[in-house]
Amino acid sequence: MSQKAGLFPASRPPVQQLNAGQPLQAGGEYTEPATGGFRRLPDRRGYWGRFGGRFVPETVMAALIELEEEYGRARRDPSFHGELSRQLAGFAGRPTPLTFARNLSEKLGGGNIYLKREDLLHTGAHKINNTLGQVLLAVRMGKKRVIAETGAGQHGVATATACALFGLDCDVYMGSEDCRRQKMNVFRMELLGARVIPVESGSRTLKDAINEAMRDWVSHVDSTYYCIGSVVGPHPYPVLVRDFQSVIGKEVRKQMMRIRGRLPDCLVACVGGGSNAMGLFYPMLNDRVRMVGVEAGGRGMGPGEHGATLGLGTPGVLHGAMSYLLQDDGGQVRETHSVSAGLDYPGVGPEHSFLKDSGRVEYATAGDAEAMEAFRLLCRTEGILPALESSHAIAFLAGNAKSFGPDEDIVVCLSGRGDKDLDIVEGLI
Amino acid sequence: MTLARTFSLLRQRREKALIAYLTAGFPSLETWISNLKIMEQSGADVLEIGVPFSDPIADGPVIQAASQASLRNGTTLAVILEQLRAVSFQKPLVLMSYLNPLLAMGPDRIFPCLKSAGITGLIVPDLPVEESAAFRRDSKKNGIDLVFLASPASPEQRLRKIAGASAGFVYAVSVKGVTGVREGLPAGIEDFMKALRRVTNKPIAVGFGISTPEQVRRFGNLADGVIIGSHFLQILMNRQNLAAAVRALKQATIPPGSSGRSISDVAVRFSIDRGSPDARADGESPPAVSASGQE
Repeated sequence: MSQKAGLFPASRPPVQQLNAGQPLQAGGEYTEPATGGFRRLPDRRGYWGRFGGRFVPETVMAALIELEEEYGRARRDPSFHGELSRQLAGFAGRPTPLTFARNLSEKLGGGNIYLKREDLLHTGAHKINNTLGQVLLAVRMGKKRVIAETGAGQHGVATATACALFGLDCDVYMGSEDCRRQKMNVFRMELLGARVIPVESGSRTLKDAINEAMRDWVSHVDSTYYCIGSVVGPHPYPVLVRDFQSVIGKEVRKQMMRIRGRLPDCLVACVGGGSNAMGLFYPMLNDRVRMVGVEAGGRGMGPGEHGATLGLGTPGVLHGAMSYLLQDDGGQVRETHSVSAGLDYPGVGPEHSFLKDSGRVEYATAGDAEAMEAFRLLCRTEGILPALESSHAIAFLAGNAKSFGPDEDIVVCLSGRGDKDLDIVEGLI
Repeated sequence: MTLARTFSLLRQRREKALIAYLTAGFPSLETWISNLKIMEQSGADVLEIGVPFSDPIADGPVIQAASQASLRNGTTLAVILEQLRAVSFQKPLVLMSYLNPLLAMGPDRIFPCLKSAGITGLIVPDLPVEESAAFRRDSKKNGIDLVFLASPASPEQRLRKIAGASAGFVYAVSVKGVTGVREGLPAGIEDFMKALRRVTNKPIAVGFGISTPEQVRRFGNLADGVIIGSHFLQILMNRQNLAAAVRALKQATIPPGSSGRSISDVAVRFSIDRGSPDARADGESPPAVSASGQE
C-alpha cells in the first residue's frame, strides 16, 4: 500500500481518541450539542455549530427561503412521503439488500462486514434517492426546468432520470474534463432527454460545474429548480439531501435489528461532498455506533494531490456554506485529485465539518492505490464491482481490519456500482 | 472622501455617480494601479476594486476571465492592500470581494487592514444581510461602509432589510443574473427601482449589464449612480483607450445643459472640453491600455 489509511487528529481532540491498531469499542462517549442529540441540528438558520449557513448572491435568497418553506410543508405532508416511497420502491428498487460479505470478512479477519447495496439501485448509485425527492419537490413548486451539476455523471444521470419520469426539462452542467473522462454518462443523460452543458471555466471539474449551475440558477431563478447532488450548498440543501438519503441508514437500522438483533458497531462510508455517508450515519447519530468517513487520499498529501477536505482543509466558504475547505493562505480554493471523480471535490458538507469537530465521527483517508486494491479485492472475494468512490470505504477496512474485534459488526455503504469506472480501472491495471 | 460626501456633492451638481470597477492585478500587478489612477483622473467618482476569486459565482465570463488571469499573476488580497497603501486617491475606494478571501485574512484583521489601505467601502456579493451581523459591527467600528446588494428578486420586506443595513449606498442589481455587458434596459427595472426608493432615502447605485452612454443616461434617471465593470475590463482586453471610455460614460452622468464642471475634476474636464484624445494630454501617466503585463 502506498500510504496507510489513517486518521487525522481532529482540530479539537474528541473525547475518545481513536488509534489504528487498537481495538475499538463501539460508540464511546462523545459530547452532545447543548440542544440534545446530534439529530436536532441544524438550527433555524441552517447552522451546525459554526458550519452551514447561506452565503449566496441576493438574487437566489428569496428562492432558498421559498424552497425551505415548501420543503417544510412537504415534510409534514403524508401524500408527499407516500409518493416518494412509492417511487423509491417501485422505480428505484428500494429497499436495497444488506449483504453479509462472508469472504471479505474472513479474508480481512476483523469483524463481520455487511455491505449496504446502494449499487443495486436504478441508475447504479445512491444518487437516485435524492433526485427523486428533489424532483418531486420541483413538481410541487410548479417548476418546469431542473438544473444540476455532476462530476462523474452519477448525479446527472439520476437527475435526468427523475426528470424524464416526471416530464421536466433538464440541463446538467459537467466540467469538460469530466465529460471527456465519462463519455458514457454524457450519452446516458442525453438519451434520457437531458442537455449536457460542458463547463470550460476553472479546473473544468465538479467545483466549476457547481459554479456554473449556480450562475444559471441566479439567471433563471423564477422558472428553474436547482437539484444539488450532495449534502453541500446553502441552507436548506444540506438538510434536504441528508433527509432524502437517510433512507439508507433507516433501512440499515431495521435490517441489522432483524439479522443481528442489535445495531451495528461501526459504519463506514466514503466522503466527497458526503451524501451517502450522511444518509447512512444520520439515523444512528444518537446511538452508540462508531462512524468513519473515508476521504480521497489521492496521490499524496501535497496540495492539489488529494480530496481530503476534512483531513487537511481549514474552515471557509464555498458554494454557499461555511465548511471545511481545501484552500490556500489567501482563501483561493485549491484544485483536488482523486482517481474517483465523485470524491474529487475541495469542499464537504457542513454537517460533516460539525461531526468532525465534535468528535462524533472519525474521518480517515484512502489513497488512489489503496482504493484500486480494494476495488479488486471486492471483485474477487464477493463478486461485486464497486464504484471507485465506494472502494475507498472498503480500503479503510482493508487497512484497519485488525482494529476491529471478531464480534464486531461493520456496515459499509456500497454507494455505487463500478461499471462507470471500468475505463479508468482498465487504464490503471 | 467618504461615499456619503461623494453622493451629496454629486446630488448638488445634479450628476450621477460613475462607479468604475477593475479587477485588481489585471492585466498585471504592475499596471492595474495606474489604470485605476487613469479612471480616477478621467472622471470616475468612485473606484471599485475587484478582488479575484477562484469561484466567482455572481460573475459572468468577462470578470471570470480577468479574475483567473489575475490569480495567475499571483494576486492576493494581501498584495492588493499592500499596493494600495503605497498610493493615494482623491476618490473613494470600494473593495468588492467574495467572502472567502476576506475570511482567510482572519475575521478580526479584515476591517483594520482595509482601513489602513485607504478603503472606504466594502461589497461582498455572497454575504446576504442575514449572515452579516459581525461584518456590520466591525465595519462600523472601523468607519468602512458595508454595501449590500438588492435584487429584482428580493421581496419588499427583504429590500427594506437590505436598504436598512446598507451603508454608503445601496447596490441595485439590475437583472436576475450575473455580471456582464447586456443591451438595453432589463424589463421591470423601473418597478424595481421604484420599490427600492420607497424603502430608502440612501443613495442607490445600479449595476450589472451597463456599458453604453445611452444606458448610463437611462439607468441614471432611475438611480443616483451607475456601476460599470465588465465593459472596462473588455476595453483593457481589447487594448482600447480606458481614459476615453471612462470620460464618455462620465459625460453621460451629467445632465444636458449643465456646465459639466465639477469640483475635483476641473482640470480633467477642461482637457475633455478641448477634445483631448487621451489621458496623456492631461499631463498624466501614459494612457490606459498598457496591457504590457498581459502575456
